[in-house]
Amino acid sequence: MQPTSGARWFTRRQVGFGFRPVTWQGWLITAVAIALVVALLVLLRTSRGIAVVAAVAVLAVYLGTAALLGGVPRAAPAPAPDPLAPPPTSHPTSFTTSPPASFTTSLATAPARVAMLATPSAGLPSPDGAALVVGHLTKRFGERTAFEDVSFTVAPGEVFGFLGPNGAGKTTTARTLGTLIAPTSGSAVVAGIPLLTENGTEIRNRISIMPENPGLYLRLTVIENLELFAGLYGLRHPRPRIDAALEAVNLGARGRDLCGSLSKGLRQRVGLARALLSDPAIMFLDEPTSGLDPVAAREVHDLINDLRQRGVTVFLTTHRLEEAERLCDRVAILNSRLRSVGRTDELREKLFSRSLAVETAAPLAAPDGVFDGATGVEGWRSDGDSSYVLSVTDPRVAAPAVTRALVAAGADVLSIVESRHSLEDVYLELIDEDPEAAAR
Amino acid sequence: MSLDAGRILAVVRKEFRALRRNRFIIGTMTVLPVIFLISPMIEIFRLSPGISEEVVQRLAGSTFLLLMIIPVVVPAAIAAYSVVGEREQGTLEPLLTTPVRREELLLGKAAAAIVPSVGIAYLLFAVVAVCAKLFAADPAVTTALLQSSQVVGEILFAPLLAGWSIWVGIAISSRASDVRVAQQLGTLASLPPLVVVVLIDLQVLTPSVSLALTFAAVLLVADVGMWGVVSAMFDRERLLTGARATSGRSRRAAG
Ligand SMILES: Nc1ncnc2c1ncn2[C@@H]1O[C@H](COP(=O)(O)OP(=O)(O)OP(=O)(O)O)[C@@H](O)[C@H]1O
Ligand SMILES: [Mg+2]
Repeated sequence: MQPTSGARWFTRRQVGFGFRPVTWQGWLITAVAIALVVALLVLLRTSRGIAVVAAVAVLAVYLGTAALLGGVPRAAPAPAPDPLAPPPTSHPTSFTTSPPASFTTSLATAPARVAMLATPSAGLPSPDGAALVVGHLTKRFGERTAFEDVSFTVAPGEVFGFLGPNGAGKTTTARTLGTLIAPTSGSAVVAGIPLLTENGTEIRNRISIMPENPGLYLRLTVIENLELFAGLYGLRHPRPRIDAALEAVNLGARGRDLCGSLSKGLRQRVGLARALLSDPAIMFLDEPTSGLDPVAAREVHDLINDLRQRGVTVFLTTHRLEEAERLCDRVAILNSRLRSVGRTDELREKLFSRSLAVETAAPLAAPDGVFDGATGVEGWRSDGDSSYVLSVTDPRVAAPAVTRALVAAGADVLSIVESRHSLEDVYLELIDEDPEAAAR
Repeated sequence: MSLDAGRILAVVRKEFRALRRNRFIIGTMTVLPVIFLISPMIEIFRLSPGISEEVVQRLAGSTFLLLMIIPVVVPAAIAAYSVVGEREQGTLEPLLTTPVRREELLLGKAAAAIVPSVGIAYLLFAVVAVCAKLFAADPAVTTALLQSSQVVGEILFAPLLAGWSIWVGIAISSRASDVRVAQQLGTLASLPPLVVVVLIDLQVLTPSVSLALTFAAVLLVADVGMWGVVSAMFDRERLLTGARATSGRSRRAAG
């Protein structure tokens, strides 16, 4: 509703009328309103007819103003598109690089949490010391299968990437492991505790989840949002922790802003700060960089690296393959069923035979003769006029042998490089060969 | 099971902060009482001295009914918003990821709805009583308004009726898919206990302290029962997805 200019006058002065007078004009008008009502009541004793008419008139003015102002009382600045903070010239403030003093202090007041933080595995007596053990986990919503027969293990302190196309079941897996949704079948151990309904509270105490949508109370300020969660995690002296968490996501200066006035990226960061509050042993981050600009995404990456160094296990759901490649110790590729789990270089090796790309100045007269004899070369194909791709057993053995053979054959060699397959190649290879994905 | 007062307080504090900035709720809480004051006030001022006992009792009864509507309707509006409103905003999921127990969440939300509604109801009652004392032409009006059955009823019914509205409102809210539907249904479903008050108003039931105490006891049982029902159906998965774990429905979770 666009307030009229009269209403704007009231709005600016935060006029009372039973709402919340904050300026002297507001208080004055409230006082006048009260005086009017009292005067009316006195009037009633003498002349009732006039008094009733006057009462109705006062009420009409009151209701009209209330309707115009629509409840008014907000110290909210107009939600402005908020440019993200300028690129940091230095490394963003983080727990590892420059732990804020207050953060350290608050840790000192919570020795149990420190112990858990310092050596997460010590606090998590799972049979094999793993942070997450997932066995044949399945979740169905009625007829629809969100994910099926998923098994993997995540070591303490590991950054574990969870990749897959839209609707693959990533969010549902994170929610299930985060005790928000009960699995249909299968088992899991989260932070050393079996995933059972009765263990929900205990598990939730040790983990934190940052959902796809940060879900902030837009009418509350950033600090008020964090205070709620600090209270729910039972933090006794929350302020130093809240300040430290805000510093960690570079939001120290925005604590008093209403969340409704923050841009999408800033809201995402408040969500991250909220997930940091409780010093979790495992953090589930569901697409933490979606919607962030490259600089903000880099800051989140730095934060995740810091978390790794502090020994926090991170379960990272993402669509950004380069992000997964850069941050994750291991990745899992999910498409309802788990397609593959491993280090990215392992996945590459498993999927693609190793190869050398050879480029010469001119096409070879008899490539068969050159390549077939070279040690370690298993086969070759032409990849353009004077480019060749050789499958090799070990590039370190094959490359020198091929170089010698080419030189002996009188070829001018431009380059011999080992072909690199990106995680994207691995991902596409796995998802493309998946009939379910094709149907999706 | 141990409930943590700190977590309940955290929920209450957040609810108050959010309520304070919610125009709809603030509007309801400000405008309704004013509207409800008009009729008894006019009645009080219109009475001339020496009116019959029957008229005075009828006035006391209708004032009582009007004052009871507040603790029924205001908390119903707040409670109906509590779950579905948070689901629509996307704030429910982060809330459910914390170690808060469902009972703590429920009690926090209920306390935040009951305190302002009962406060307003008591305040209105006080305002009406004081006005009657100051301005009514016949002192019998004040006597009728402040008779013990009336005062006991006011003090006991306001929180108990509010409790009923809150549990019914939350129950509807956790099943509803839309805030407005929840608020309409919640208001409707909170009205039945008012029947007793209406019967008193219509003089079908004669107001007395024992009637007030009996009705209060029945309300208390209904409140406790409803609290049990609500906390039993307050399951994280259902709240999040709007469906039960075993349900065949395939609605996509919000967010
Ligand atoms: N509450 C629900 N009720 C019914 N089906 C659901 C529910 N939640 C998720 N699903 C279904 O489960 C499947 C997996 O959904 P999920 O949200 O986990 O996918 P995702 O991998 O996170 O996708 P995206 O990359 O788009 O976030 C989808 O087919 C989805 O429609
Ligand atoms: Mg998802």
